[in-house]
Amino acid sequence: MLETIWFILWMLLWAVYFALDGFDLGLGTLLPFIGHSEEDRRAIYQAAGPFWDGNEVWLIAAGGVTFAAFPKAYAVMFSALYTPLLMLLFALILRAVSFEFRDKILSEVWVSLWDTIHFIVNLVACILLGCAFANLFMGIPIDAQGVFHGSLGGLLNVYGITGALFFTSFFILHGALWLILKSEGSLQIRAIASCNFIWPIEILLLLLFIWMTLARTNILQNYLDTPALFIVPILTIAALMATKAFLSAGQLWKAFGSHALFILGITFTGLVGIYPGMILSSLDPQATITIFNGASSALTLKIMLGVVIVMVPIVIGYQVWMYRLFAKPLTHEDLELH
Amino acid sequence: MDVVMLSRLQFAATVFFHFIFVPLTLGLSVLVAFMETRYCQTQDPVWKQHTKFWGRLFLINFTLGVVTGITLEFQFGTNWSRYSEYVGDIFGSLLAIEATVAFFLESTFLAIWVFGWKKLSSKAHCACIWLVTLGGNISALWIILANGFMQHPVGYTISETAKRAELSSFAEVFGNGFAWWMYGHTVLGAWTLGGFFVLGVSAWHLLRNHQTEFFRRSFKLAAPWTLIMAILVAATGDFNGKDVAEHQPAKLAAMEAQWETERNVPFNLLVIPNVQEERNKVEAIAIPGLMSFIAYGSSDAEINGLKDFPKEDRPPVAATFWSFRLMVGLGMLFILLGLWAFLARNKETINPKLLKGLVHNIPLPYLALGLGWAVAEIGRQPWLVYGLMRTQDGVSPLAASQVSVSFIAFIVLYTILGVLDIYLLRKYAIKGPDSEEE
Repeated sequence: MLETIWFILWMLLWAVYFALDGFDLGLGTLLPFIGHSEEDRRAIYQAAGPFWDGNEVWLIAAGGVTFAAFPKAYAVMFSALYTPLLMLLFALILRAVSFEFRDKILSEVWVSLWDTIHFIVNLVACILLGCAFANLFMGIPIDAQGVFHGSLGGLLNVYGITGALFFTSFFILHGALWLILKSEGSLQIRAIASCNFIWPIEILLLLLFIWMTLARTNILQNYLDTPALFIVPILTIAALMATKAFLSAGQLWKAFGSHALFILGITFTGLVGIYPGMILSSLDPQATITIFNGASSALTLKIMLGVVIVMVPIVIGYQVWMYRLFAKPLTHEDLELH
Repeated sequence: MDVVMLSRLQFAATVFFHFIFVPLTLGLSVLVAFMETRYCQTQDPVWKQHTKFWGRLFLINFTLGVVTGITLEFQFGTNWSRYSEYVGDIFGSLLAIEATVAFFLESTFLAIWVFGWKKLSSKAHCACIWLVTLGGNISALWIILANGFMQHPVGYTISETAKRAELSSFAEVFGNGFAWWMYGHTVLGAWTLGGFFVLGVSAWHLLRNHQTEFFRRSFKLAAPWTLIMAILVAATGDFNGKDVAEHQPAKLAAMEAQWETERNVPFNLLVIPNVQEERNKVEAIAIPGLMSFIAYGSSDAEINGLKDFPKEDRPPVAATFWSFRLMVGLGMLFILLGLWAFLARNKETINPKLLKGLVHNIPLPYLALGLGWAVAEIGRQPWLVYGLMRTQDGVSPLAASQVSVSFIAFIVLYTILGVLDIYLLRKYAIKGPDSEEE
């Protein structure tokens, strides 16, 4: 029971990370395509400016909670995916640095260098997260000792690549939806155009991803065993449809919120399907790390549950306050260098 | 090189690089918070200028501290997976608490502080920097509690069925005295560093008669702070040493290059160890009984020599010994320099020799903090968790080639980032404060 509660919390932390940092990653990926003028580009950075660091902490919390509640899953996941995870780390390092360093030297070469880096590392992070999660849904070649027998190339299988493209598409749409809220004038018009452009691609990739998931993973089994669980994917799809409806109706906050729910839903849909597994072994079902053989002691799980139950609502409370504080569209004054 | 050595090198490189940025984050945040509090109390715009000038340097430094910290959380899993599995029940929870209690607080309120100058009242804005300071210093507590468990594991049992260490008492892990003294010593060291940073940058400007009034004020604020912290660092270091003597006798022997087990051990001001021959080449200027006294509070106490420990249980003697000696020497220098700055702070003109000394001193607290960690971590060897798990047993099942590539990538990336960051810090430190706004 305790393990299952922790599995739900584990899903939740990853999902919240995707739903929040997803728009930062999407904005960075959009930068060269819709940041025509210097002021546009500065607006794209500033649309993420006060938020990205707090969003990224959800990843650190997700990693930390994996370590605390499921140390074996943490150990195997991070060592098996050694190279892609370090690539993700380098991307996140450079993303943070590009926010901080870009405007510190007023030279065109310097600024455009960081713009290029910012674009590349955000795109790379989208791809790696998508690829890693697709492989987790499918299972990776680990043996009973947790030793990885695959390769980086092996992770870039067709399903992994589809996952990467799908994640990238919804992160971009998420970033564009956020930018609509934070911008005005021609940049906002371009953000809307990006939404309309990405929308059919996201739908297409979603369908492709669902089809391949059904063909290549065992995720459906949990749903067939407990049909009530179908509510998760159904609500997920409903949230996606609502996104489009709200966008067309000009209800922009609701559109962004619905899309955030879609991202939460898609993460839940996948992870519910692997329960009680966490790191599925594609070599040997016995080697799969589950919430039972991978969990911490009951004492640790209880103490950490207390910590999370107290702290996470507090964190959400002050983060919501921060979002409200900086919710308004950016003004010309906001975009001046200080 | 094998995976163990490569992973150790990579961890050492990334953790030392991380700790270039952390202490200034911890130390300068407190001082910036003081400055802004003064602004709130007096509404004197010069205090606001101070907050903004030192705050900008704080920010340039902060980013690299944050991103290089993520590396460490990843690395326990990527490179030390056997270790993570073995002690994750305890160690992992401390890291998770650090993230949920401290990182969110620090990063969220820092963003509000940076972008919220015009959106918040001056009091609410000032509260934000205090929360940032609190977040940073609490995060240091949890990570040092985690390190404290590696140094002196408490509150656990070994589960035979799960083949790992499991939490038996959270209160013991949290109340680990060894860790709390380490925390005090580390944080006070960071606060000292912050103080010397402000003194050093101010001295640079004062030497050039640039913005004299502004930097005299910074100097006056930082001088008493720095002196007090430098003294407290030494004091907590003493308690730290007593804990080491009690729980890590091999480390203590290496720190002092004490080969034989003896009573009434003197402290030799000058020592040059010869590790090969297991003796000291030079031992001179002895203060009788002092070593025994420092370690156990009695000049008659017995200290275990290195020869009491099998060779495979001894830490690398030379690295531990020299790191410790140099750290202590620097600590003494900081007290003297802090005292001099304190006495000079109200003088009509400050002696240029002091000012030059303070400028050249800027890197030294960084060095001292690095050396302190070298004593703690190299001195802990060959143990990963003292007495419980050896370093070689904690490494991930990786190919050496994977770690070689990532190690080189870290070195290249970190070197570039480090150079850029120091360049930017220098640039903005030299530029001085912006003219008053509004």
